[in-house]
Amino acid sequence: MAEEVKLFKTWSSPFPLRVAWALQLKGIQYESVLEDLSNKSNLLLQYNPVYKKVPVLLHNGRPISESLIILEYVDETWKQYSLLPRDPYARAMARFWAKFGDDKVLPSIYAAFKSEGKEQEAALAEASEHLQKLEEELKGKKFFGGDNIGYLDIALGWLANLGVFEEVSSLRVLDVERFPLLCAWLKEFSDAPVIKDCWPPRDMLIAKFIARHQARHAKSSST
Amino acid sequence: MAKGGEVKLIGGWPSPFVMRPRIALNLKGLEYEFLEEKFGAKSELLLRSNPVHKKIPVLLHADRPVCESLVIVQYIDEAWPSSGPSILPSDPYDRATARFWAAYIDEKWFPSMSGIARAQGEEAKKAAIDLVVEGLSLLEDAFGKISKGKPFFGGDTIGFLDIALGCFLGWVRVTERTQGLKLLDQAKVPGLAKWAERFCADSAVKGVMPETEKLAEFAKLIMAKFGAPPPQ
Repeated sequence: MAEEVKLFKTWSSPFPLRVAWALQLKGIQYESVLEDLSNKSNLLLQYNPVYKKVPVLLHNGRPISESLIILEYVDETWKQYSLLPRDPYARAMARFWAKFGDDKVLPSIYAAFKSEGKEQEAALAEASEHLQKLEEELKGKKFFGGDNIGYLDIALGWLANLGVFEEVSSLRVLDVERFPLLCAWLKEFSDAPVIKDCWPPRDMLIAKFIARHQARHAKSSST
Repeated sequence: MAKGGEVKLIGGWPSPFVMRPRIALNLKGLEYEFLEEKFGAKSELLLRSNPVHKKIPVLLHADRPVCESLVIVQYIDEAWPSSGPSILPSDPYDRATARFWAAYIDEKWFPSMSGIARAQGEEAKKAAIDLVVEGLSLLEDAFGKISKGKPFFGGDTIGFLDIALGCFLGWVRVTERTQGLKLLDQAKVPGLAKWAERFCADSAVKGVMPETEKLAEFAKLIMAKFGAPPPQ
């Protein structure tokens, strides 16, 4: 029976990327549907009426939204290459840290890149505190998932974008002196063929973030 | 004693988030020690067990801590798979649906509830109420589709999504009373209104759902002390 697997994504958003990585790791064939968030397709609005966001995974006509939820769905539907560990406690830890990544780490890093002056200092301090906790989680491990890339590596994979942000804004968030394990993990993770394969082109990412950075500064200097 | 070691739960009686693992443990027929935190002061044990967020609830299973209420509920379901009914549905799509609405409740709907008490002025209050009502209408729709005529989101027995939403019913009632509103309106959300009564009457819930009167008193205390609704 032919399975229909479609992934609604944008070219640059890291959240659909999580799903792409999961599908690739499991060797699942899927079709990418590229969305323009400034002009959302009727299908996207139909499949994700609550949030109207990407990613949406369509599996045999049924939509699933919210990237971390999609990851668990993918893991439960296609059993090859387990993303989450078997042990209930290890699963709870993976879920806890993935939520921590989205609820705390991501907003603080985003705030650090978006703000200036004292605000930026505070955001950076907070981000560093959060990153320190992730650094501790990596002790004795190559990946958050252990020897292989797993759910938590995928959930935190957006951190690999930091290099681009740092280049554009000349802000240093993930320095190797304070975060040697995270830096090593980032390299291992980004170099993995499955991960590299799906990654949006670096030059396009840089161009996009430069444009956004400039627009933000233009706004603040005209007020 | 629960299989696999002693179970303790660090929490507080008014917290809807603490109620979630309590209901789950009750559904599974598991005994546990409830370590009640004093409001306004965090115990050493709590700070040690949840150094990242310093919040309740925290489940301690053979002294290993699990934090974040919905993570705890899933842990309870997976650590004791043969005790009591399954809390999460068995089908992956149904599980994704339950998780989706639970996340919606935590990220959108419950924050909109707190928005009512925080709103300053007539217009802001009306807007805040409208937001909550809108959310309830979405949840009513979801209930219809998910329960498929059965008494709960989980089917015949309380499940993950029932727990995720039901824990807030005490606070819904307090809000209705203090604001002079009817949120679980039989006319507007008939499915949810009846579900709410069934949920609160369930044996796994009855003992841990605080009385509206007691919660209202507590809310008054918080407002007086902090001039703001209780933190999430």
